[in-house]
Amino acid sequence: MADSSAAVAVRLEDVQKTYRTGEVDVHAVRGVSLEIARGEFVALMGSSGSGKSTLMNILGCLDRPTSGRYFLDGEDVSSLDRDQLADVRNRKLGFVFQNFNLLARTSALENVELPLLYGPERLSNAQLREKAERVLAAVGLEGRGDHHPSQLSGGQQQRVAVARALINDPEVLLADEPTGNLDSRTSVEVMGIFQDLNQKGITIIMVTHEPDIASYAQRNVVMRDGRIVSDRAVTRRFDAAQELEKLNEPAPEVVEPTVQT
Amino acid sequence: MRVGSTFKIALRALRRNKLRSALTALGIIIGVGAVIAMVSIGNGAKAQVEAQIAGLGENVILIFSGSTTTSGIRTGWGGAGTLKIEDAEAIRREIPAVTLVSEEVVSTAQVVAGSQNWFTRVYGESADYFDLRQWALADGAPFTNQDVRSANKVCVIGRTTATQIFGSEDVVGQVLRVKNVPFQITGVLTPKGLSSQGTDQDDIVIMPYTSALKRVLGGGTTLRNINAQVAGPRDLGPAKQQIIELLRQRHNIREGRDDDFTVRNQEEIAAAQTATTETMTQLLAGVAVISLVVGGIGIMNIMLVSVTERTREIGTRMAVGAHGRDILTQFLIEAISLSAVGGIIGIITGIAAAKIIAALKNWPSLISPGSIIGAFLVSAAVGVFFGFYPARKAARLDPIDALRYE
Repeated sequence: MADSSAAVAVRLEDVQKTYRTGEVDVHAVRGVSLEIARGEFVALMGSSGSGKSTLMNILGCLDRPTSGRYFLDGEDVSSLDRDQLADVRNRKLGFVFQNFNLLARTSALENVELPLLYGPERLSNAQLREKAERVLAAVGLEGRGDHHPSQLSGGQQQRVAVARALINDPEVLLADEPTGNLDSRTSVEVMGIFQDLNQKGITIIMVTHEPDIASYAQRNVVMRDGRIVSDRAVTRRFDAAQELEKLNEPAPEVVEPTVQT
Repeated sequence: MRVGSTFKIALRALRRNKLRSALTALGIIIGVGAVIAMVSIGNGAKAQVEAQIAGLGENVILIFSGSTTTSGIRTGWGGAGTLKIEDAEAIRREIPAVTLVSEEVVSTAQVVAGSQNWFTRVYGESADYFDLRQWALADGAPFTNQDVRSANKVCVIGRTTATQIFGSEDVVGQVLRVKNVPFQITGVLTPKGLSSQGTDQDDIVIMPYTSALKRVLGGGTTLRNINAQVAGPRDLGPAKQQIIELLRQRHNIREGRDDDFTVRNQEEIAAAQTATTETMTQLLAGVAVISLVVGGIGIMNIMLVSVTERTREIGTRMAVGAHGRDILTQFLIEAISLSAVGGIIGIITGIAAAKIIAALKNWPSLISPGSIIGAFLVSAAVGVFFGFYPARKAARLDPIDALRYE
């Protein structure tokens, strides 16, 4: 049953997560089984307390399930220790966060290089730079490598974060409310990048509570009280390029200042 | 295994916070600098005291009159007038280990030459004095045994006296009036500088003790003290004992009564003085070590603040694959780099400070390699010791909590 079919990127088998807070057991995730094929773009939805964040932490190998099994790229990662999980995150996962989590006072290039420094390969400074520049170009930030996060707009910062997530060619890109700190126009731009990447075959799992953002994905999974209550393909899918065109009134692009929390 | 990368990461992190890194290192710079400066000044002071004691001459025994309780009144050393010229001659004659003897009387006087005058110390000595104290002449010649026997009106003077009265050091053959008696200057002494008590040893007039007694002190045969030199260090103890016995016999001191004189040898004086400077050195070094520890606590404080402030950064690093060990190493390297760089700069500033203070205060400074190596090792150890707790705290963070930290 643990078949590592090449088409399956992520498989959860009856995953449960229980936290003990004092006397009470909190069942954050109560038996979730989920299969995500390679190349899918999935939005994970639910209100707060639905267990979607806990499930995301498990999918991101930041946390281990209390019971059940998690296969990532055919490898059972549900019982790995802290350091092994760190290596899995480094090799197979890319993270994009709501608040970008870029290192301040650090150039975009060095931010993007970060996962390489913790990787198994020893790269020279020139190799690091060359790889980082290539990924930055892929997210439309050529020539901005020496900018610090404070010199970039929110959309640009999120693109740097996406570049960082992509640098190790991950199996799955995990995005946790990637548009939560962005205005609607920049949100659409970031969705455009996600759709482009997805087109190129990258598997994306995105947590969001905004239904219109979820409509950029192919498939929406909705959670409530620790269980999946709905799992369906998106019927009227948004195309970021088109949406952007609609927004493209004569008004020039405004580079908005960002507030980083 | 990834120490190279971790080094890169740690140095990048330090570079991001240049001012804070510099201020943190400053604590160590001051601490290490203070240790080196204090120890070198202390060593310098000790060396100076040792040099001064050596300047008393080698293997010298000092015999002072006084310290008698015969009448129930104890006078200080040199105060009672119990030492006579004959005592000195008896020592010279009867104690074979004694090679040189100088009878000493001391006075102060207003000395005059031309229109200038100067208040200075006047010493009466024998011709052996210059050999005994190993005090060479810069110019001219010392007075002779013949001068001593005849109580001739001759003297040698120190450099300070020469420059104060004559305005130059070229004074051999000039006449100096002491209590209206004209003395011919036969030589100028090489400068010795300040004594350990801070008096200028070059502010002096030395004449035959016979001349001093007869022409300056107005007669008498009482000596303040007798300086005697023995052939070698092994003779010091026996010679001292023989001198005590000889003088007790000559002064008719009965069994059970106290001496009316005091005998000290150079080692005893040296031991007391070096003990004082050693205490001072230890005290200074102790204060400096405290400042080093305070600097170390500064590093710990900054690293703890840094761990809290950079919690999200740590979470991000863990999310992209950093092991706890990588985080631990990073923060340790940051702490050690701060303290090691601070230590190196501290060594440089410490040496500079020691040299400047020594130059300003006219003290010698002896920079010991031991204190440099010690200070550097201590500063590196401070980095490890005070960096470890914050680093471990960082390494044990849970990535999920760290990523959500506000």
